[in-house]
Amino acid sequence: MNSISAMSKLFMNALPRRTLQFPGVKLQAFVRQCSTYYPIDDTMFGLTDEQQQLRQTVFQFAQKELSPFAQDIDKNNSFPQMKEFWKKLGDLGLMGVTVPAEDGGLGSGYLEHCIIVEELSRASPGISLSYGAHSNLCVNQIARNGNKEQKKKYLPKLISGEHIGALAMSEAGSGSDVVSMKLKAEKKGDYYILNGNKFWITNGSVADVLFVYAKTNPKAEKQQHGISAFIIEKDMPGFSVAQTLDKLGMRGSPTVELVFEDCKVPAENLVKEVNKGVYVLMNGLDYERLVLAAGPVGIMQACCDVTFDYVHQRKQFGKRIGEFQLIQGKLADMYTTLNACRSYLYSTARAVDKGHISSKDCAGVILYCAEKATQMALDAIQCLGGNGYINDYPTGRLLRDAKLYEIGAGTSEIRRLIIGRALNSEYS
Amino acid sequence: MAMRVLVGCKRVIDYAVKIRVKPDKTGVVTEGVKHSLNPFDEIAVEEAVRLKEKKLASEVIAVSCGPPPCQETLRTALAMGVDRGIHVEIGGKDYETLQPIHVSKILAKLAQEEKVDLIILGKQAIDDDANQTAQMTAAVLDWPQGVFASKIEKMDGTLKIQREVDGGVEYVEAKLPAVISSDLRLNEPRYATLPNIMKAKKKQIAKKSISDLGVDITPRVEVLTVEDPPVREAGAKVESVEELLTKLKDLGRI
Repeated sequence: MNSISAMSKLFMNALPRRTLQFPGVKLQAFVRQCSTYYPIDDTMFGLTDEQQQLRQTVFQFAQKELSPFAQDIDKNNSFPQMKEFWKKLGDLGLMGVTVPAEDGGLGSGYLEHCIIVEELSRASPGISLSYGAHSNLCVNQIARNGNKEQKKKYLPKLISGEHIGALAMSEAGSGSDVVSMKLKAEKKGDYYILNGNKFWITNGSVADVLFVYAKTNPKAEKQQHGISAFIIEKDMPGFSVAQTLDKLGMRGSPTVELVFEDCKVPAENLVKEVNKGVYVLMNGLDYERLVLAAGPVGIMQACCDVTFDYVHQRKQFGKRIGEFQLIQGKLADMYTTLNACRSYLYSTARAVDKGHISSKDCAGVILYCAEKATQMALDAIQCLGGNGYINDYPTGRLLRDAKLYEIGAGTSEIRRLIIGRALNSEYS
Repeated sequence: MAMRVLVGCKRVIDYAVKIRVKPDKTGVVTEGVKHSLNPFDEIAVEEAVRLKEKKLASEVIAVSCGPPPCQETLRTALAMGVDRGIHVEIGGKDYETLQPIHVSKILAKLAQEEKVDLIILGKQAIDDDANQTAQMTAAVLDWPQGVFASKIEKMDGTLKIQREVDGGVEYVEAKLPAVISSDLRLNEPRYATLPNIMKAKKKQIAKKSISDLGVDITPRVEVLTVEDPPVREAGAKVESVEELLTKLKDLGRI
């Protein structure tokens, strides 16, 4: 593929859709943003025609409806149009990708879901994270674990985008050691009464529906056997949001602390069996890690989008800086890393779509992609030099956003632990 | 009575791609370059689909003429809501010299075969910017034409077409059957939704060859050379009106 000639150049951020090269149309104010796109060789990655078309659709949608706001979302740590944007994602059919058709979803696969997360992340990593929390952590967990009534009650509005979803697992004192959670759920008649807190909860302040893990048996011999999963609605009495956290990156994707004070949850909102929540939790984490690994891949694509173009525009010593060997080497490394990460991501997703779920690879793919994304964002900043360091360019934001993926959905340390333990067990 | 609508879908180099001229100057580089549905045709597709949604059209058929990848272009139209596609397969040398005159004859032939009441085409394709196919198609069929439509209203047996002209808006009325070409502001095309992309897979694309249609596509025009547009040279600042006038006089412009 003649990639350089195909290097796309779009200034559509400031323009009505697809009007760029139309004769007779005046170009409106040009916004300096991520205005160029490095093409993705979908054929090489073995995507089907439909998957390629899906990428095109999401790419165009994200670059028009999301990318122009990315800088402000980051600066103001808020996305006022989130509700509206969620509806649009729902209209496009992107909210219930992995949900079976009989439950109102698309009945499509994890690879499709990854492509969507990737393209959204390319435009705005923070909002892509919120999308992942909604569509995978909440929607997919309900679809996979909820009973008929629960699915009927909660999925339609979550899939249409009318409702926003979240998942609450971590607590201030229970991060990596998640099964040590303290949020207590006591059965009283037809209700469970929840008391305690959750921390670092993506979408927590905007969510209508939350998938929450709590301790139903704090005295269980093994603490993981005292956990149950619940579906909580934001209007349930005793549920409140304490504060929105001020983060390094992923700004505009609201991360909050939740408070449960005698929160009354109907017993029918218990998901699966009581005290069996840990299986729901651990099993969900495989899918979560896989789908969220598409986030850093999108960030790396964004790094290449901005860097490859920049180094072929910028001249020093009378030469395009991309032609200096030190920069050439960086470009080659960035390109290769991006494609290696994407290949691992798509391979793992394809395997999961075939029902082959390899926990160590779900952990492996996000471990690898996340760490590479942070490094690549640093390289992007370096290639852009002084411009890379100022916030007129997206590279600084990409770095701050990328770092989250080494921490959220399990830290790199926990991911290594999972992979290491899996390997050890193969030799035991 | 609901209309049968035919829309044209040309596969062109994507609007976002930087165009490069081939070293031998016979054309532009198309190999390995991203292609997509001509944006003006996308507007035509959108208009046809809206007519169908308003129950003014009974069936919408999309046509694309060219090599096999044109089927991908048709899939885009199908995902937007077109009912079925017709791919007129033209490859190699024939495709390189395919001109609006040929395409208009193909479209006219298909319009008669399919008994359509309305043809909507993009006002021009963003690759050759010819702006001829709609007009020629109307001429071949001897149908009325409403080109550069920015609004279409269906009346009883006629169409009221709004056109943006210099200094204002012009309205023309055309009796059906008719040919329309879409202007930029006719509508804003929708995004194909994921469920519709999947449904489009099941829709039919009929393949036809030039010999099936009996259209003569011998080249009428010969391309001598294709060259890059001249690079715009940097301007210069002048201090005063006098200096500007002097410079313009020196250049022989005034």
